[in-house]
Amino acid sequence: MPFIPHTEEDIAEMLASIGADSIETLFDEIPADLKTGQLKKVPVGLSEMEITRLMMERANQDGFYQNFIGAGAYEHHIPAAVWQITTRGEFYSSYTPYQAEASQGTLQLLYEYQTMMASLTGMDVSNASMYDGATALAEAVLMAVRSHKTSRQILIPETVHPAYRKVVRAIVSNQQIEITEIPFDKTTGQVQLSALDAFSNEDIAALVIPQPNFFGVLEQVDELTDWAHKINALAIGVVNPIALALLTPPGEWGEKGADIAVGEGQPLGIPLSSGGPYFGFMACKNSLIRQIPGRIIGRTNDLDGKRGFVLTLQAREQHIRRSKATSNICTNQGLMVTAATIYMSLLGPEGLYRVATHSHANTTSLVQKLTAIPGVEKVFSGPSFHETAIKLPSPIGSVLDKLKQKGILGGFDLQSHYPDMENTLLVCATETKTEADIQHYADQLKQALS
Amino acid sequence: MLIFEHARPGRRNYSQAPITTASTTDIPENLLRKNKPLLPEVSEMDTVRHYTRLSQKNFSIDTEFYPLGSCTMKYNPRACNSLAMLPQYLSRHPLAPEDTGQGYLACMYELQEILKDVTGMAEITLAPMAGAQGELIGVMMIRAYHKSRGDFERTEIIVPDAAHGTNPATAVMCGFKVVEIPTDKEGNVDLNALKAAVGPKTAGLMLTNPSTLGVFEENVTEMSRVVHEAGGLLYYDGANLNAVLGKVKPGDMGFDVIHINLHKTFSTPHGGGGPGSAPVGVGKRLLPFLPVPSVTLEDGKYRWVTEQDRPQTIGRLSAHMGNAGVLLRAYIYVRLLGRDGMHRIAEFATLNANYLMVELRKLGFEIAYPTRRASHEFIVTMKGIKDKTGVTAMNLAKRLLDKGYHAPTTYFPILVPECLLIEPAETESKQTLDAFVTAMKEILTEIAEQPDMVKNAPHTMPLRKLDDVKAARELDLFWKPDA
Repeated sequence: MPFIPHTEEDIAEMLASIGADSIETLFDEIPADLKTGQLKKVPVGLSEMEITRLMMERANQDGFYQNFIGAGAYEHHIPAAVWQITTRGEFYSSYTPYQAEASQGTLQLLYEYQTMMASLTGMDVSNASMYDGATALAEAVLMAVRSHKTSRQILIPETVHPAYRKVVRAIVSNQQIEITEIPFDKTTGQVQLSALDAFSNEDIAALVIPQPNFFGVLEQVDELTDWAHKINALAIGVVNPIALALLTPPGEWGEKGADIAVGEGQPLGIPLSSGGPYFGFMACKNSLIRQIPGRIIGRTNDLDGKRGFVLTLQAREQHIRRSKATSNICTNQGLMVTAATIYMSLLGPEGLYRVATHSHANTTSLVQKLTAIPGVEKVFSGPSFHETAIKLPSPIGSVLDKLKQKGILGGFDLQSHYPDMENTLLVCATETKTEADIQHYADQLKQALS
Repeated sequence: MLIFEHARPGRRNYSQAPITTASTTDIPENLLRKNKPLLPEVSEMDTVRHYTRLSQKNFSIDTEFYPLGSCTMKYNPRACNSLAMLPQYLSRHPLAPEDTGQGYLACMYELQEILKDVTGMAEITLAPMAGAQGELIGVMMIRAYHKSRGDFERTEIIVPDAAHGTNPATAVMCGFKVVEIPTDKEGNVDLNALKAAVGPKTAGLMLTNPSTLGVFEENVTEMSRVVHEAGGLLYYDGANLNAVLGKVKPGDMGFDVIHINLHKTFSTPHGGGGPGSAPVGVGKRLLPFLPVPSVTLEDGKYRWVTEQDRPQTIGRLSAHMGNAGVLLRAYIYVRLLGRDGMHRIAEFATLNANYLMVELRKLGFEIAYPTRRASHEFIVTMKGIKDKTGVTAMNLAKRLLDKGYHAPTTYFPILVPECLLIEPAETESKQTLDAFVTAMKEILTEIAEQPDMVKNAPHTMPLRKLDDVKAARELDLFWKPDA
C-alpha cells in the first residue's frame, strides 16, 4: 500500500484497542447512501519506476527551447545551491511556523527575506510574501482603498501587465472599487502626465506605476509619484526585483517615494515552470503596516533574553479576525521565499547588479541586431530595461512558427492583449543568453522573414 | 547569527553571476539607483552553511511526527519532487505555445479528470493557488450565479462557528454578510439554527465536512436540502477531504462547489507555509462561471480554455496557471496511489486518528466529542486539567516539542476551550503513535509532579519560550546594521 506503513498485525491491534471489528466500521456515521462505489476515471497505481518513465517521456516530449519570451516571467541563471538547500526536508516539509520555538529556521529566514526585500524596494517594511505578482497588486489595491478614507477609485495604466489588470478586476470586483485604465503614449510607450490631467480634481485612492512597464519601457516614475501625492492618492509601484539592483527603488521615487511596492518574485531564483509556483512580494511605508495583508515576522526575545523570531501582528489575520481580517490569505509561498532568500544571499548586491546590467545589455544587443533586418522596427522610443517591443513586416504567427521549428521561442505576441498592436513582438534576452544565441536568433528571424 | 552578520564588504561569489558589469549608459541617470541594496556580501559556503543550519532549527515531517490538526501533515514522497523538477518542466515558459507543452498539459488534463472523479463534480479548475483562494473563487462563482439569474437579494453567506477563519474572511471579500450558526452538543451543525437562518437573502452555506471538530456532519443531506430549497448554494471546504477520500464524493452530498487543498490531501509540500494549491470543482449550475485557464482536449491536442470559451467566467485569479509545479507533484502522487490507494488514505487516516483518540482517552485526556467517531482528526480539551493545575493547552504543546514531537493545532476551533486538534495522518506507523502516547503520558505525570516545569516549556529547543507581546509592541521587522 503506497505510503502506508501498517502491517496486518498493527491493524488488528489497533482495531482491538478501538473496539471495532473492521476499518469500515469506523465510517459508520456516514449515511450509507452517500458511500461511493468505484472510482472509474482514476487509473491503477504505478510504481516509482513506472511513473519515472512516464514523467520522463512527457518531459522529453516537451523538450528544450531557446527562450526569448519574458512578459512577466523571466529566465535567469539559478545557482545550484538554491534548490539543493530549499528542498531540504526541514524547509520543504515543515508548515507555517505556528510553533515558533520549533520553527526558528523558517522564521529567521523570513526575517532575513523581509530585510532584503525592504531594502531592495527602498521601502520601510516587507511582508513574508503573497501568491504571485498579480495577486500582490490586487491586495495592494485593496490595501490602498482601506487606508484612503474617502475614495474607492484606482488608476491603472494600460502599461501594467494585462494579466495583472485582469486579476485585479476579478479579485476586487465585489467590493465596489472603480478601476480606471489610463492610456499610454503610442510613441514613447510610457504613461504621460497629460493623460492624468483629467483626474487632477478627482478623489483617487491610488495610482499604479509599473517600472519597467509591460513593454519593458521605463516610466517617468518621479513625476507620476509626485502627481499621485499632489492629489492625495497613494502611489503603488509594480516592479521587477532584478531591475531594482539597477533602477531607483520605489521608496525613492519622487519627493516622498511610493507608498506600496509589489511585484513578481519569480526572477529571484524561481524556475519558469509553466507559471508557478512563484511568489509575490509586497512592501510598504511604516504608516501602512497595520493594513498590509499576509504573514509578517518580527524579532523578539526568549525567556533568557536571547534573540528569536515569531509571527507578529496576527491580529490583522483571518484566523484571529475572521470576517474582519485585512485579507482572507492564509498560506503564502514560503518555499519560494526560501529559494529567493538563498538566491539573493548568493548573488549579493554586486551579483544582482551584474545580472541586471547584462539582462539590459543583452536585450539592447538583441534589439540592435533584429532592427538591422529590413522592415523590423523598434516600436517605442522610451528607455527600456530588459524587454522591448519590435514590429515585424509580415504576419507574426507564421514567423513565430518558423522560429519554433528552429528551437527558438521568439517572443510574446502583443496583439493578443493590445488589439491595435499588429505583428508586434515583445522580446527579452536576459543574462542567460550569449552573443552567439542572440546572433542565432537574428539570423533565424532574417531567414523567417525572407 | 543572521546572514548579514556573516557579511564582509566586497566579499562575493564569482561563479554565480556574470563576471563583468555591462553597459547601461542608455538609461537616463535619474532612473538609476544611487545606493546599493542591503543584500549580504557572503561566500557560497557561508550561504550554504548558514541556511543548512537554519533548516536544522525547524521541525518538519521529514524529521518529526507533526500531528498538526487540520493541516494533514502526511509524508511528501520524494519522487513527486524529483520528477516535477525535471529540467524540461522547470524551463518551460508559461506563455510558450501549447504545442511545445503537450507533455505537461497532458498531466494537467489527467489531473483534472481524476479530481472530477474523486469529488463527483462536473468540472475542475486547477488555477487557485491556495485554499483561501479556492474559497474566494468558489464564493465569487456563487455570487455570479445569483447575479446571472437577476437575483440580487442574496447578500448572506452562512458559516458554522467551527469553520476556518478563511471562510468568513472570504465571504466578506466577496461582498457578502456573514451569518454564523452554532454547533450542537454532538459536534454537528445545529440544524434548527440553519433552518432559521436560511431565507431569500441566503446566497449559500460554506461547510467543512468532516468538520474542523473532527466529526462527519451526519445531517449533511438534510442541510443540503434546506439550503437548496431556500435558493442557496452549498460550498464544500475540502480542507478535510483526506478523511473521506474515495469513500464519499462531495458531489453526491449535494455540494455545488468545492475546493481541495492539494497540499493536504494530495501530499504536496507545505514548504514552511506554502505554496499551496486548491483546485475548485463545480456542479453543472456553476460551470459557466469557472475561472480561466484550464486545460481541454480537442482533436487529440491539449489546449488552454480561455475567456473566449467561457464568456461568463469570473475571470483570472493568477497571472498564469496557478501553482503549476505543485499541480505536477499532486499528479505524480495520485498516479502513484492509483484507484485503490485513494480510499486507503481515508481508511488509514481514520484508523490512526481513532486509535490515537482511544489511547489518549485511556490515559485520562478529555475528548471533546467522546460519543463520536473521529474522522481523520479529533480534539482533546485541556480545560479540566487547566482548571486543576493551571497548565494550558499551549503549555502542553510546548512540552511536546521538548519530547521531539511537533505540537497539535492549539486553540482552534475556537469554540472548544483549551483545545488541541490532533491529526496523525495515514503515513504514520502504529509504533510512532505509541511513542507519542508514551510522551503524552509522561507529560501527564509531569503536570501532576512539576507543573511549573511544564508551564515554562520548551526547555530543549534552540530557544526558550518567545515573547509574542514584545514582538507586537516593539515592532522590529528587519535587520539594521547597527542593531
